[in-house]
Amino acid sequence: MYSFDVERPTSVADAATALGKEDAQALGGGQTLIPTLKQRLASPSVLVSLSGIDEIKGVSSDGGKITIGGGTNHATVAAEAGAYAALADLANNIGDPAVRNRGTIGGSLANNDPSACYPAAALASGATITTNNRDIAADDYFQGMFTTALEEGEIVTSVSFPVPEAASYQKFEQPASRFSLVGVFVAKYADSVRVAVTGASEEGVFRWSEAEAALSGNFSADALEGLSVSGDGMISDLHGSGDYRAHLVKVMTKRAVAAAS
Amino acid sequence: MTEVTMVVNGKSVTKSVKGNTLMTEFLREELRLTGTHVGCDTSQCGACVVHVNGEAVKSCTMFAAEANGAEVNTIESMENPDGSLGVIQQAFQDHHGLQCGFCTPGMVMSAAALLKDNPKPSEAEIRDYLEGNICRCTGYHNIVKSIMAASGQDVSNIAAE
Repeated sequence: MYSFDVERPTSVADAATALGKEDAQALGGGQTLIPTLKQRLASPSVLVSLSGIDEIKGVSSDGGKITIGGGTNHATVAAEAGAYAALADLANNIGDPAVRNRGTIGGSLANNDPSACYPAAALASGATITTNNRDIAADDYFQGMFTTALEEGEIVTSVSFPVPEAASYQKFEQPASRFSLVGVFVAKYADSVRVAVTGASEEGVFRWSEAEAALSGNFSADALEGLSVSGDGMISDLHGSGDYRAHLVKVMTKRAVAAAS
Repeated sequence: MTEVTMVVNGKSVTKSVKGNTLMTEFLREELRLTGTHVGCDTSQCGACVVHVNGEAVKSCTMFAAEANGAEVNTIESMENPDGSLGVIQQAFQDHHGLQCGFCTPGMVMSAAALLKDNPKPSEAEIRDYLEGNICRCTGYHNIVKSIMAASGQDVSNIAAE
């Protein structure tokens, strides 16, 4: 690693100030950023650790919404987000137990890895991502692989999910890394169905609108029968071709609809 | 340099560390607690698992500066006060849960974290919990058997080697 200083503020305000320094970088749980630093793919002058900020940790639910602090680790979401079972289940299948004790929802959403799980949940749920400056709708937040609406130094303080009537996240794991080769989150609300796909597209997480339209009229796996997904623009690598991933999108969407509860 | 203070295996320590000092480096090189092993250094293998405030973490993927104020426990804290092997360690010896032993500190620390939350885990729960701990010798069966035994459960039905 290159050398850098680590600061550990205890409030969002102090963290925002620290992030105003040149080449400062926020550090969530570090489960992606620290490996990145080891490979010398990033060279911040200051890492601003968010792990000491209690005000951005915790899970609360109120009036059909569940709100999770940006600094909440995956293990806590798995244990405490029972009001949104599909979301708790997703958190409980990220990485391994030790990784889940460090990695955070805010870190995952800020990084927006094209194979990460949380972006699919946020987009399929129409979640609201709240930062120290503003609220951002999930539909506006994800802007391509590793790209989000966050400005320099902006901190994800919480994420609010409307709890659906039924939902499921189905992940087809890449057998070595256990990241999703393709993951699909389906969420059924009273007035709409939302389907978000991670792991597949070169543009990062996306909504499969044809499936949403078909499922809105008939929420069953059969409703997807006539649909197909193009392999154009899908990630193609040694783990699977674009066409293979496109095929998996439909398979995993069907499984998610069948499993939704 | 940043000054950090933490309680490691019951003793308070204060040291000056560089920002990029990993917990593994801090434990092994500053405190000379070399029981915590560095296998992959990429948070895959789990040989470096320690407990920070009671939770299992991969110490190769955490900075020492982030543990300021924390309570840290390493494999060195798992022995009994008289220096004999702790319950989990003894079970690993009794059931041949290690061969080369390189992964064992992480296995024992993960096992301890599991048993704290789930005192009587099923075989499937143990295997699932060990997803982030890799062993290249044993084929895992005897590790699973050891953890079942450490939790006071019958091990006669666990797959033999």
